[in-house]
Amino acid sequence: MSDLAERVKKIVVEHLDVDPAKVEPKASFIDDLGADSLDIVELVMAFEEEFDVEIPDDAAETIQTVGDAINFITEQKK
Amino acid sequence: MFDLSGKCALVTGATGGIGGAIARALHGQGATVALSGRQAEKLEALAGELGERAHVAPCDLGDLDAVDALPKQAAEAMGGLHIVVSNAGVTRDGLMLMMKPEMWDEVIRVNLTAYFRLAKAALRGMTRQRFGRIIAVASVVGVTGNPGQANYAASKAGMIGMTKSLAAEVASRNVTVNCIAPGFIATAMTGALNDQQKEAILSKIPAGEMGAPEDVAAAAVYLASEEARYVTGQTLHVNGGMAMI
Ligand SMILES: NC(=O)c1ccc[n+]([C@@H]2O[C@H](COP(=O)([O-])OP(=O)(O)OC[C@H]3O[C@@H](n4cnc5c(N)ncnc54)[C@H](OP(=O)(O)O)[C@@H]3O)[C@@H](O)[C@H]2O)c1
Repeated sequence: MSDLAERVKKIVVEHLDVDPAKVEPKASFIDDLGADSLDIVELVMAFEEEFDVEIPDDAAETIQTVGDAINFITEQKK
Repeated sequence: MFDLSGKCALVTGATGGIGGAIARALHGQGATVALSGRQAEKLEALAGELGERAHVAPCDLGDLDAVDALPKQAAEAMGGLHIVVSNAGVTRDGLMLMMKPEMWDEVIRVNLTAYFRLAKAALRGMTRQRFGRIIAVASVVGVTGNPGQANYAASKAGMIGMTKSLAAEVASRNVTVNCIAPGFIATAMTGALNDQQKEAILSKIPAGEMGAPEDVAAAAVYLASEEARYVTGQTLHVNGGMAMI
């Protein structure tokens, strides 16, 4: 995993208090990691701070998996 | 009971009768307060009277960009933000047949939209710190309706509906959201009534008198306290029995 992916993973593990092994790109926040919709909002806010990016509300809705988050932030950082 | 030491509270409408009493009461329980309103001099005077743990944060709630920035500004001044009391409110009364759209818009903007923007801006920090108390001062007429106040009653009913929805969204984060619905309280807002109107109102209040701002402030202290942690999405009526709902 890239450095950015590792940082995303760390935030997810800390926020959702889940086993790091489960936090892989295809893992769905809600279905696989036990998040609720408010958790996703909070994760998005945490990503915004960690990576100094703006994630607009409609983009936030498309972030369903760990991979979605990594891809979105990677695009923003380009 | 009801100790608020270490808590930081933003109170809007602190230049008014009820907001001033709420700010004093929260401060009296040990909270640090940020006083908001448009009249900066009045805010300074109240802060001066309270002494330590009191800050001023002037803001025109008609300017929604300024409302978005207010919680952060208050949090920076106080070193945190745990309690938000959305108390400022306006009336522009008139029969609906005669009500100009501007009278509707202004009341909805200051009473309801500013509450939405204020609560939203305060929530980030509250959900993150896993603690928050949002308290909105609505009104009995938001539940009962009142001729001549279609705009005001709609704004207050809107506050109650928003409060219930938000309470359900953030309860798991230890953030409670409640309304206080005052009946008739002796302040500048009710001072504008004539004697005939006052008499008509008093005849409908079992307690036989108007309430005092301190009666409303005591409800705010309770809802802000640790003791009220399991109370959320509620509307606490403080009205001398004029409506039992
Ligand atoms: N008195 C009652 O019987 C009664 C009954 C039910 C509900 N309420 C509610 O209780 C709350 C407080 O009312 P009150 O009786 O204390 O009235 P008040 O003495 O007239 O105070 C109203 C407050 O709202 C503030 N405000 C108004 N427009 C504002 C704006 N555009 N931007 C910022 N602040 C603004 C005023 O601040 P500035 O003048 O400094 O701008 C003032 O501090 C209101 O929400 C009211 O609807 C009152």
